[in-house]
Amino acid sequence: MAEEKQVMDVHKGPSPVISPGYTFGTITDQISSVVLTRQTPVFWLAIFSVAVTLLLVFLGAITLLLARGVGIWGIQMPVAWGFAITNFVWWIGIGHAGTLISAILLLLNQTWRNSINRFAEAMTLFAVACAGLFPLLHMGRPWLFYWMLPYPNTMGLMPQFRSPLVWDVFAVTTYALVSLVFWYLGLLPDLATLRDRTKNRFGRAVYGVMAMGWRGASRHWNIYETASLLLAGLATPLVLSVHTVVSFDFTIAIVPGWHSTFFPPYFVAGAIYSGFAMVLVLAIPLRRVYGLEGLITQRHLDNAAKIMLATGLIVAYAYIMETFMAWYSGSTYEMSIMWQRMTGPYAGAYWALILCNVVLLQSLWFKKVRSNTLLLFLVSLVVLIGMWLERFVIIVSSLAQDFLQSSWRTFSPTLWDWATYFGTIGLFLFLFFLFIRLLPMISIFEVRMLVPEARVEEEASK
Amino acid sequence: MNEKPKFDLERLRAILAGKRGREYWRSLEDLAGSPEFEEVLHREFPRQASEWPAEDAAGRRHFLKMMGASLGLAGLAACTRQPTEHIVPYVRQPEGLIPGRPQFYATAHTVGGLATGLLVESHQGRPTKAEGNPEHPASLGACDAFSQASVLQLYDPDRSQALRYNGEIRSWGAFETEIRKAMALQRASGGAGLRILTGAVTSPTLGDQMQQLLSELPRAKWHRWEPAGDHAARAGAMLAFGQPLNVYYDLRNADVVVALDSDLLASGPASLRYARQFAERRRTVSGQPGMNRLYVLEPMPTPTGATADHRLPARAADIEPFTVHLAAAVGVQIGNAGTVEHPEWQKWLPALADDLRAHRGRSLVVAGDQQPPAVHALAHAINQALGNVGSTVFYSDPVEVDPVDHLASIKELAADLDTGSVKLLLILGCNPVYTAPADLNLRERIQRAQFRVHLGLYDDETAEVCQWQLPESHYLEAWGDARAFDGTASIIQPLILPLYRSRSIYEVVGLLEATPRLEGRDIVRSYWNRQRPGADFERFWRRAVHDGVVPGTALPTRTAEVRYGWSGTPPERGGFEIIFRPDPAVHDGSFANLGWLQELPKPVTKLTWDNAAVMSPATANVLRVENGRMVELDHRGRKVRAPVFIQPGHADGCVTVHLGYGRKRGGRVAAGAGFDAYALRTSGALWNDFGLNVRDTGGSYELATTQGQHVLDARRTIIRHADINSYLADPESAIQDTAPPRELFMYPEVKYEGYAWGMAIDMSVCTGCSACVVACQAENNIPVVGKDQTARGRAMHWIRIDTYYQGSLANPELFHQPMLCQHCETAPCELVCPVAATAHSSEGLNDMVYNRCVGTRYCSNNCPYKVRRFNFLQYSDQTTPSLKLLRNPDVTVRTRGVMEKCTYCVQRIQQAKIQAEKENRKVRDGDIQTACQAACPTEAIVFGDINDPNSRVARLKNEQRNYGVLADLNTRPRTTYLATLKNPNPAIEAT
Repeated sequence: MAEEKQVMDVHKGPSPVISPGYTFGTITDQISSVVLTRQTPVFWLAIFSVAVTLLLVFLGAITLLLARGVGIWGIQMPVAWGFAITNFVWWIGIGHAGTLISAILLLLNQTWRNSINRFAEAMTLFAVACAGLFPLLHMGRPWLFYWMLPYPNTMGLMPQFRSPLVWDVFAVTTYALVSLVFWYLGLLPDLATLRDRTKNRFGRAVYGVMAMGWRGASRHWNIYETASLLLAGLATPLVLSVHTVVSFDFTIAIVPGWHSTFFPPYFVAGAIYSGFAMVLVLAIPLRRVYGLEGLITQRHLDNAAKIMLATGLIVAYAYIMETFMAWYSGSTYEMSIMWQRMTGPYAGAYWALILCNVVLLQSLWFKKVRSNTLLLFLVSLVVLIGMWLERFVIIVSSLAQDFLQSSWRTFSPTLWDWATYFGTIGLFLFLFFLFIRLLPMISIFEVRMLVPEARVEEEASK
Repeated sequence: MNEKPKFDLERLRAILAGKRGREYWRSLEDLAGSPEFEEVLHREFPRQASEWPAEDAAGRRHFLKMMGASLGLAGLAACTRQPTEHIVPYVRQPEGLIPGRPQFYATAHTVGGLATGLLVESHQGRPTKAEGNPEHPASLGACDAFSQASVLQLYDPDRSQALRYNGEIRSWGAFETEIRKAMALQRASGGAGLRILTGAVTSPTLGDQMQQLLSELPRAKWHRWEPAGDHAARAGAMLAFGQPLNVYYDLRNADVVVALDSDLLASGPASLRYARQFAERRRTVSGQPGMNRLYVLEPMPTPTGATADHRLPARAADIEPFTVHLAAAVGVQIGNAGTVEHPEWQKWLPALADDLRAHRGRSLVVAGDQQPPAVHALAHAINQALGNVGSTVFYSDPVEVDPVDHLASIKELAADLDTGSVKLLLILGCNPVYTAPADLNLRERIQRAQFRVHLGLYDDETAEVCQWQLPESHYLEAWGDARAFDGTASIIQPLILPLYRSRSIYEVVGLLEATPRLEGRDIVRSYWNRQRPGADFERFWRRAVHDGVVPGTALPTRTAEVRYGWSGTPPERGGFEIIFRPDPAVHDGSFANLGWLQELPKPVTKLTWDNAAVMSPATANVLRVENGRMVELDHRGRKVRAPVFIQPGHADGCVTVHLGYGRKRGGRVAAGAGFDAYALRTSGALWNDFGLNVRDTGGSYELATTQGQHVLDARRTIIRHADINSYLADPESAIQDTAPPRELFMYPEVKYEGYAWGMAIDMSVCTGCSACVVACQAENNIPVVGKDQTARGRAMHWIRIDTYYQGSLANPELFHQPMLCQHCETAPCELVCPVAATAHSSEGLNDMVYNRCVGTRYCSNNCPYKVRRFNFLQYSDQTTPSLKLLRNPDVTVRTRGVMEKCTYCVQRIQQAKIQAEKENRKVRDGDIQTACQAACPTEAIVFGDINDPNSRVARLKNEQRNYGVLADLNTRPRTTYLATLKNPNPAIEAT
């Protein structure tokens, strides 16, 4: 008992990044056992079967979509963008947390990130994959998607570079590529660990190939650290640029409710907000099921909740600014669109998003809420819903009631809109649960660095 | 020739050898005249088998010979039916025909028997598009929606395609045998059992045929039933003059027009002409005064009502008392009119009467065709009292052949059917089972005739109860003639051989004659030959066919004195009033199978694919029903369920239902749309009646409208309007342009050298009739998407008529605005397309490159006018063979996933430019008419080169009231609008 007290005294501030008592060995055992030795939990099977079901729904929905056209959705004139673009922005927003955690926090030397960066990055990757599907699927003729890329062709035609959609193509593909490389690079030492630990020959072969000959030599570590820092440096501006470019899809247009200069920071904050919400939504049940409370501690949840609170407040400020600017602009159309959002056919969605993203968020000011994992989980879920609603309201309500009253028409989604949306959630969960089953969901070697043993040399050198 | 004629293949080969192309066909044709060839033709079909020798000595050789001959003659064999009717004989290349360039032929389309002259565009023998015939008095170059859609009717895959006897396919020969037998029996009894039922007939030829037949068979009877005809107007003339005079108007001379429940600008056989004349007096160029003034009283807002300077909603039955008061006020001797109680009328009547009296001889009172005879008689009396006859009102003999009272006629037929005296009943070109008054119960009664024949375009409700179902030739397939509103006759010229084995009404009546005549052309031609005997007949005939009007056939005007002493019968009031009206899109139901018309947003209501129980907001409030609520309309025991549609400006206490829907048969498009209002319509009340009960059934129904009813937001630069006096006094403050100054633009100015295409639309004269919408659809291969897709907001029209409301719900002012691609000089759509599928041309066109489009729809989002249309699904029917013939070959048929929009009819621009280039000149103003412009009866749409300061469009754009919609967005639209000017009566306005 006395020993425990001592530990508390040492830290004196926030709760520790990892629970005391971990050694290099126990960390490695605990994380790799999820993949290698432990019985697959019922929780995993349950969620995975839900994911596969949803994935099948998704495959059905896109088969019909490709066979018949985007008319199976509820989009129409004037609301020519509906769920697809909403989902795209939502997923890409979610995809922000991973890179933020792995890159920016790495640069800022926030070591607590080490135990959540791996699965956050995986989440990013899968979220970007889901996001990337939508711009393709929402095209009238998706088989011509490559026309958006600049490639030499007999017609001498290039994409039209004034269009933000072309910028999107570059921004999203760059982001997806860098995220993938960064994630995979970070996986190398752990893949080698799995290779060394697995007793299964097949597994050894696969992990072996994937580990690309990692032996843990100091030369390897040296190169790894350099590459990792460089990639972090490369990924950092991308975190900010992707959603900035996505927001250009709206700001460049003259549609009232879209055409505004504060969208980039507003969108980036919103993206980080929803990204951290997704991190929490995934982390809270996972640490519980796999008994990882010692690695993903209350400290992590608390930090993530605080980031959510901070970015959520930026978003709330953006809502206020949006309303203010609509009034301050003096533009009939801008004022009308804000008024219609608040009182018109989408008033329900608007006030729901305010409730989700602004009102309920305020509960995170209280430590009691932040330290109650169930409440935190629920708040994060609410934030995810709220952020989806925010994109929906921005996109749909602006289009539904723009300049000419004669063309106003409200959007109503079809069964296939929902099927495609939930289908990508299925795809996401499918990929993510495959990931936690087959790869170490927490970075083994980085967490090991958090253990006091790792600091022996550091402290000795002091 | 005594020797056995034998086809000399060797000779043919010799002749054809070395000939190429055109020459080759010439030679073939020369051969066609030779006896050998005659013999081949003769043997072509029935006796061909005899050609094979019994003992097949040199079988292979002979077989190859025959095959060679068949190949050689394949081109001619296809034309074996042509030499008798020279329609588009491709054997001889028609003069001036250039493959790929369309030709135009004059013909005429009839609605309710009355003709509108057309010039129909023909691409390689396929009629594709109807344009108005400028020389025809009822068209003056404009073309209504019905005529436009009639081309679709020709290719309608649901048309009757074969002659059937009780549903089984038979040959015409079988029918001819049977009808001859039946006619022989009838001839014995002087035709005592023969009844023929047709719609209104103005055709001089058919009239002549019928008179001939009736004189041969004096006991036979010819019945007429035109469900949406001008029965009441004729009865009104009988009342007023004692004779069934035809009335028509000249709006050019009318300073003040009062329309009493008359939609004269948008419906009726002369509406195109009236609209043109009205617009001539409405258009204010450079602030000249002289604008006419229009007052309208009507229950349901129509295009005429929406154009009016003063509109008053009134129940149909209230028009008569109003007219009585008005007549008394302008000095017609009709005794004591009583006191005016209605507060609005108290305001209106003195002002209106003053205005009319101030414009003696230059005013006009028009009673609607659906108003009772007494209103027509009163209108005649008022016009006579004001001295308008001969200036704005003209009388002539009736245009219809042998004008009878249609209602009496069909009642007589029903009575005869009851007595069993009808043995042979021919129903030709009409659908009485569907359209006749419900109380006559013709479905049952017709079946009492023993021998029933129906001739029709569709297998409709009447065909169902007739044993013989004859497919009728479309007017573009058969010769005919018809008269226009003033009696001017037109030869209806076919443009194509019948697509199916069908015959025209002339040919079927020809079959009944003592010596049957089979060729429609001969029947029509011989009639006119009898009218104009003489050596120059051929010239006369060619001229008449070519021009589309037979010169000198307009009926002479008559004078007649109004006889007083009639009195209307005041209707039994009580309950709601039910008002029947022909539908603005499908008329009496005869156009119900045409997708273009079904999907045409009806003027004012913007309803598609359905009719509805239209009522005012106040009435809906009383009934506690909302839009789309299913109600049961119970009119004196007859019940029908219908969805409610609430229309601001509709009169209170009445429900308008439109005819033509609720078809049970007659095509896949027609069936299932709307409810059958005919089921409530009885011979006692054809157009309106009290005693309607409306019961809420609790159900709901989806009505597909293309836009909601929006109150005009004055802060948006959408509609600009002013009254004429304030505009003339101070044009600049009355109508302000909100476009930002060009100097504020940051980017370098684009110079448009050469042509700069632009459009100006004068909203003062646009009535919202929607002819342009169908014209655009026909010209640009715009698909029909169906009710479900329309309800989802995916109708594909490139031009739409936006309607805005201003003022009270009970009687709002309506504004129409044709909205199409504005071809912005700084087009927001072009900026955002990722693949440059929409780009600007050097002439200022906003071009759409379909095959580059990947369908992100971003352009549409960024279009402030929302005029872009997306193929959300595969909308164009690419499989139905007959519809392929309909397509305009100059316009791409779009596929799924592609954005499209108005191109300013770029194909027409290109054609004119090519022509001009060949003639080494610039395109002249007026060379290019966009499809919408060509159809517009009021010439509200003007297109041209704005770089040419003398072009009409450039001059219109210089008007002070020219403005760009949403120009404050700095889109610099090439399509601009001329603000609506109205000419209200200060005496009414003041109060």
